[in-house]
Amino acid sequence: MSSRLSWFILLILVLGFAFLYGPMLVLITYSFNANKLMTLWGGFSVRWYPELLTDSQVLNAAKNSFVVASVSATFATVLGTMAGYVLARYRKFRGRLPFSGMVTAPLVMPEVITGLSLLLLFKQLDTWFGWPRSMGFTTVILAHITFCMAYVTVVMQSRFSTFDISLEEAAQDLGARPLKTFLVITLPIVAPAVISGWLLAFTISLDDLVITLFTNGPGSGTLPQLIFSKVRRGVDPTINALATIIIAVVSTGVITSHILMTRAERRRQRDIQLALQSNK
Amino acid sequence: MATDTTYQGSLPLGRQLHHIAMKLGLRPRTAVILVPYLWLMLFFVAPFLIVLKISFAQTIIAQPPYTPMFGPGSVPHEDLLLNYNRLFDDLLYINAYWSSLQLAFTSTVICLLIGYPMAYGIARCAPTTRALLLLAIILPFWTSFLIRVYAWMGILGKEGVLNNTLQALGIIDAPLNILYTPVAMYIGIVYTYLPFMILPLYANLEKMDLSLLEAAQDLGCRPWKAFCVITIPLSFPGIIAGSLLVFIPAVGEYVIPELLGGPNALMIGRVVYNEFAQNRDWPMSAAVAVAILLLLVIPIMLFQYFQNKAQEAPK
Repeated sequence: MSSRLSWFILLILVLGFAFLYGPMLVLITYSFNANKLMTLWGGFSVRWYPELLTDSQVLNAAKNSFVVASVSATFATVLGTMAGYVLARYRKFRGRLPFSGMVTAPLVMPEVITGLSLLLLFKQLDTWFGWPRSMGFTTVILAHITFCMAYVTVVMQSRFSTFDISLEEAAQDLGARPLKTFLVITLPIVAPAVISGWLLAFTISLDDLVITLFTNGPGSGTLPQLIFSKVRRGVDPTINALATIIIAVVSTGVITSHILMTRAERRRQRDIQLALQSNK
Repeated sequence: MATDTTYQGSLPLGRQLHHIAMKLGLRPRTAVILVPYLWLMLFFVAPFLIVLKISFAQTIIAQPPYTPMFGPGSVPHEDLLLNYNRLFDDLLYINAYWSSLQLAFTSTVICLLIGYPMAYGIARCAPTTRALLLLAIILPFWTSFLIRVYAWMGILGKEGVLNNTLQALGIIDAPLNILYTPVAMYIGIVYTYLPFMILPLYANLEKMDLSLLEAAQDLGCRPWKAFCVITIPLSFPGIIAGSLLVFIPAVGEYVIPELLGGPNALMIGRVVYNEFAQNRDWPMSAAVAVAILLLLVIPIMLFQYFQNKAQEAPK
């Protein structure tokens, strides 16, 4: 399978990965720079870390971001799982084409357009119904649910379309009602996909800036909003420290989940092997 | 009535809901479709209709800052296409459109030129290496987008890491001016969107039937020619998907021009935001947004077509 890679491909791979990881290494290195400016190396220091972690503005924004991301991801996962199920299972129903269009469009829609349109919707609802009075947690969360849902839908649709329906049919033959079949058979089997969908929605919500800028109000500012307002004025050493923390947390999380998933997959393969052998 | 509620209260909740739904003539299947459907109608489709409506309105200094053209409390003005005419009359808007399209298109081509060989290389590695390299492509995507753009501010600045290194090595005498120029924006877009190009290309190249290439070589075809006449045409869906995933969002990019492009970088996404937030000109901002959408409708539909095909293929 693996034919010899040409030197050209190898060179591009090396340069490509250097390009992807170089800037992050620069950020990490300079977060330990004693000098306030990024221009000169002033010796090794961890002074920016305590400064960052005692900044109440940063801590408050981080808390807001976590609240918004966890609530949005949870609702987006429920809605996205439903939408993915519908697209994978119900091959024909009236309005399927516009439905699949609405589901995938937010994936590529420029964020300024989504953000502006949601804000104008909230303003319009306010003039018609007197709700929402002002922008804040509710409006940001509603906005985040809507665009995170698209990502969960894609994950769940591809999971459901490779699902072995005979398992559900067996449960129903044995007398389980559709809802019970879903909860006892379907959901546990697709649970890993649901978890990765939730994590994806959580990270995307945590990372969003533009849609949040439009739909957020004072008092519920998120971490990206704070970072943006700081770095607009130029390079800031505490942001280097924050970036290093984010990169460390994300790398640990992604690598750990990769190892766990590879192990689970290996165990599953082994179980299948054993089952096949014992049948002989 | 009282007995009815106690009767229902004794049933489990799921059964009760089922009962109510049946009474309303709502099958479970319909309910499962209806919930996400209505959500998207309310929070995705309705907002666009409101943008469209406001794009025809006239700006005033009031709360809200426009007079509606239609609907309750409307004060119709004479020129329906007021804001759209301004869009064509004012060179600012046309220039912003043109430079956004140019930037998005060129960045997409650069992403493809870097991403294709990378995806190809990863797809042809041994399975364990492949999984690791793929993880390395996805990892930057999980870390903050904003932070990755910000990293380049420290690298490309006049006294940034790049200039300092080049000067220390004696390669250049005076610092290069890269930050706050179009070059910095190209670097920023290619850097942040490269994983979006590589992933669909990889997914496509990995599935490719290598026996086709072997057959071509057995018949005397040179590797380079086999690559051009077999690999590239077969990976066409991947090329399209990756390119659209880069091109469409890049057209409306706001953060990258704001942080790396400097004050003179007039990009259309930035115009939408500034018209809205700084000039408080909601109708103009809405009109610019509608014009972007009209431009992107065909690419977006193309993306959906390929997306649907890819989702239905494994069946």
